[in-house]
Amino acid sequence: MISLDNVHVVFGRGTPLEKKALSGVSLTIKEGAFTTVIGSNGAGKSTLLGVLAGDVIPVEGSVRIGDADVTKLPTAARAGRVARVFQDPLAGSCGALSIEENLALAHKRGQRRGLKLALSHSRRKLFRERIAELDLGLENRMTDRMAMLSGGQRQAVSLVMAMMAGCDVLLLDEHTAALDPGMAEFVMKLTEKIVGANKLTTLMVTHSMRQALDYGNRTIMLHGGEIVLDVEGNNRRNLDVEDLIDMFRRVRGQTLDDDELLIAE
Amino acid sequence: MSQIALWGAVELGLVYAFVALGVYLAFRVLDFPDLTVDGTFPLGAAVTAVLIMAGVNPWLAAAVAMLAGALAGLVTATLNVRFKILNLLASILTMIALFSVNLRVMGRPNVALLSVDTMLTPFYGNGLRDFMVRPMFLLVLAIAALIVVWRYLESDAGLAMRATGANSRMARAQGINTDRQIYLGIALSNALVALGGALFAQTNGFADVTSGVGTIVVGLAAVIIGETLFGSRRILIALIGCVIGSIVYRIAIQLALSSDSLGLQASDLNLVTAVLVTFALVLPRLKRGVLSS
Repeated sequence: MISLDNVHVVFGRGTPLEKKALSGVSLTIKEGAFTTVIGSNGAGKSTLLGVLAGDVIPVEGSVRIGDADVTKLPTAARAGRVARVFQDPLAGSCGALSIEENLALAHKRGQRRGLKLALSHSRRKLFRERIAELDLGLENRMTDRMAMLSGGQRQAVSLVMAMMAGCDVLLLDEHTAALDPGMAEFVMKLTEKIVGANKLTTLMVTHSMRQALDYGNRTIMLHGGEIVLDVEGNNRRNLDVEDLIDMFRRVRGQTLDDDELLIAE
Repeated sequence: MSQIALWGAVELGLVYAFVALGVYLAFRVLDFPDLTVDGTFPLGAAVTAVLIMAGVNPWLAAAVAMLAGALAGLVTATLNVRFKILNLLASILTMIALFSVNLRVMGRPNVALLSVDTMLTPFYGNGLRDFMVRPMFLLVLAIAALIVVWRYLESDAGLAMRATGANSRMARAQGINTDRQIYLGIALSNALVALGGALFAQTNGFADVTSGVGTIVVGLAAVIIGETLFGSRRILIALIGCVIGSIVYRIAIQLALSSDSLGLQASDLNLVTAVLVTFALVLPRLKRGVLSS
């Protein structure tokens, strides 16, 4: 379970560029729920994920993940609870390290790292099996540098990495946005499979309204650092992209601009 | 080049192999350009020399030198991590401070280690000439250091250090305390360099406060020559490259300085070093250029 209580985030506090990124966000997400998050640029989507991941520490309010209050914990200290896949395929893995070394890193996420060999025989076997499940033929390239893979392959491996160690929440930050449509679809299907199989509490930020409604079981819309829409169950099933755009327009109180047409796709 | 000069070049190359391993940790593994080593090398030499002259066991003296080096590294890391000073500048500050520290440690600009026992004393006089014993002794130590560094970098803890240098954001997301990795890595790096200084003092019979000038360039030269000759894909190969690169560098310098046709003299050493390092840096680029065109 995740719960945010009256979370405020301010960037550049006390400077002329001061910006309220989140103002009083309260949100409870049930164990095992798959929630999609939408909103225009600057709405606070990434900040929300950052607050959960530990990259952003709120100035007010509290954040709980599982049974722990993590409000003030830095990223590394809460990594055992949080698995992530970034938007930028280069951000979530080490390009200079091999596929199996990246998996070894993920295997120990949030745990003490000792002097044991990172790539023992048994671990190599385990990593190979996990990568083989992707069906991308990458199991024969385990010693290749991550940098040699395509963006889609890297995201697929990143998802496997996210599942190497247990987690209380999976954060997906527009993880298909940088991919071509075919690969994006593959990664989304894979995401759905993994989330379903592991009954993971998941938060997925997306720019695509289609994705936001097609996947998961709850959708929230952020605007100006506040939650302006929160639908699940039947209400959500009856929504289509048109309705979402309508709501989008209403909360913004202005006509559609190109940006919004783009995200409707 | 005479046989003695060749053995001498190999010996010095092996002393600086420890510097190369340290520089590899800082520059390549952590991506931290650390100039502290220009101060830690003479620090290692100074601490060892003073302790040995005070009657301390030479092995213990070398161990204390490593500790001193690690502390110097921690100062640089603290300036960078805790006080957010740019890594290069942080290391220059420590380096400049160490010059004074080294003078304090020795009480004068240099200390001679004459007629005292060193780590090498028990190995002399076994039928081999002294100038051969020294490189052999150093080679054994260098291999030991190489294996320790290699095994560490292949462990979970070492992988965390490599991830910190390669992608620190990802490392944090994996639960790695990147600040701690920088402290640890820079301390380890400078401990190795100080060990190089300690061995320099014991093999050459003196410690001198000016002996650190250009340590970083020499270490970097060894790393780059190693990478050029062997590639950098695998950790073990890269580490072996550091050691051999250091020896090759010394032999190249020795050849350049001793060949009469070039008309170089000992004082041209730094110029030759700079040219050699530049060449080693540009060479891979040239190779690629030729291949692509």
